Amino acid sequence: MEPILVVLRGLPLTLLITVVAFAIGAVLGIPLVLGLRTVVAPVRWLSRLAVDLLRGVPMIVWLFVLKFGLSTPAFRLSSLEAAIFGLGIISAGYLAEIYRGGIQSVPRGQFEASQALGIAGPISFLRIIAPQAARIVSPSIATYLIGLLKNSSIASTIVVSEMVFQAQSYARQNPTIAGILPYAIAGLLYIVLSVPVAMFSRILDERLRKAVI
Amino acid sequence: MTTPLLTSWGQYLPPLLSGLVQSVWLAVAAIVIGLPLAFLFCTMVMSENRLIGALGLVIVEIGRGMPALVILYLVYYGLPRFGISLANVAAAIIALAWNYSCYCSEIIRGGIQSVPRGQIEAGNALGLDSRVTFLRVIVPQGLRSAIPGLLGQSILVFQDTSLAYTIAVPELMKQAYSLGGENYQYLRVFVLTGLVYAAVTLPATWITVWMERRLGKSY
Repeated sequence: MEPILVVLRGLPLTLLITVVAFAIGAVLGIPLVLGLRTVVAPVRWLSRLAVDLLRGVPMIVWLFVLKFGLSTPAFRLSSLEAAIFGLGIISAGYLAEIYRGGIQSVPRGQFEASQALGIAGPISFLRIIAPQAARIVSPSIATYLIGLLKNSSIASTIVVSEMVFQAQSYARQNPTIAGILPYAIAGLLYIVLSVPVAMFSRILDERLRKAVI
Repeated sequence: MTTPLLTSWGQYLPPLLSGLVQSVWLAVAAIVIGLPLAFLFCTMVMSENRLIGALGLVIVEIGRGMPALVILYLVYYGLPRFGISLANVAAAIIALAWNYSCYCSEIIRGGIQSVPRGQIEAGNALGLDSRVTFLRVIVPQGLRSAIPGLLGQSILVFQDTSLAYTIAVPELMKQAYSLGGENYQYLRVFVLTGLVYAAVTLPATWITVWMERRLGKSY
């Protein structure tokens, strides 16, 4: 019983990091994808560089930069803040790329049709392109969210007491076979937690598909 | 007192590059072990034998469903408690290879399943037996569309080698942490470390995108 309780103690932080980081990423991904698609070349290049760096540098490096690198006497992020913000900006990079793929897969005719109907840029984007893109990318976003849930375990390396951190401290105190049980339980819990996300995504996908036909 | 940025980066670079060599080595080992495993798992999952199929599914879903860090800890701290002692490098390679192979198994399966059914029927119509059709007609085409995904996964496993820092494998991240502990220039050290990782992953990503376009075009 005790190993389960140990892991459950970390569950709220695991969920908090995942949900808040996802929200940050979903919002910050929007200006990033607009940057990726703009006609202003320097902005486009900078956005591309930002997305590539966010995705190309390991998460643990980002977390260490935020937690240890940005630490000055005047300004310092707590471990939890660094984990949430770090995962949030990384998610923005990944989600911007997913958004971009979705927008790109909307047939060109849709852009042309809205132009022909005299619907101006932002409205055409919001009311015609974005809803169709959302339908295409919803499964990818769900997959990313599940990945993010698992990646939140890396917050344990900067001493955020989420599930893996709890498992780790228990394992250190109990050098027996039972001592590693919390790792296995935590691992299974990640799998269990990802099931409802996957199910919700499938239902959402079916709904959105119906809506179009 | 403060050294110019580039001077200090010049000092940090040699130990970081020796760490990078270790990281690349870990990734290559995980890929070399993981790819054959991926084919094995994929064959199991697609097998018509229900028992083998279920076993394959369990292996793959656990390998993909658990965070890489948890797998790493389970291998490194777990196995010795059952009397199997492992060097940290070996533990890192086993954990990364398993995680990698499970993702790749699904990518390969997706590739094979994306081959149009007509190809099987064409094989039958030409009088090829089903084994030959599968191995010589379906698999080559399926692998072709799986290549960009496999490359992407290989870039991710290279990034995941940074997790081996947590079990004291002297790879890039560990070197960075030791350097930071010596001079307290954490920001400079970790930013340079990020750039070293990016120097590998960004060109690799561009190659992947380029291959994806090329493979998509022909036929």
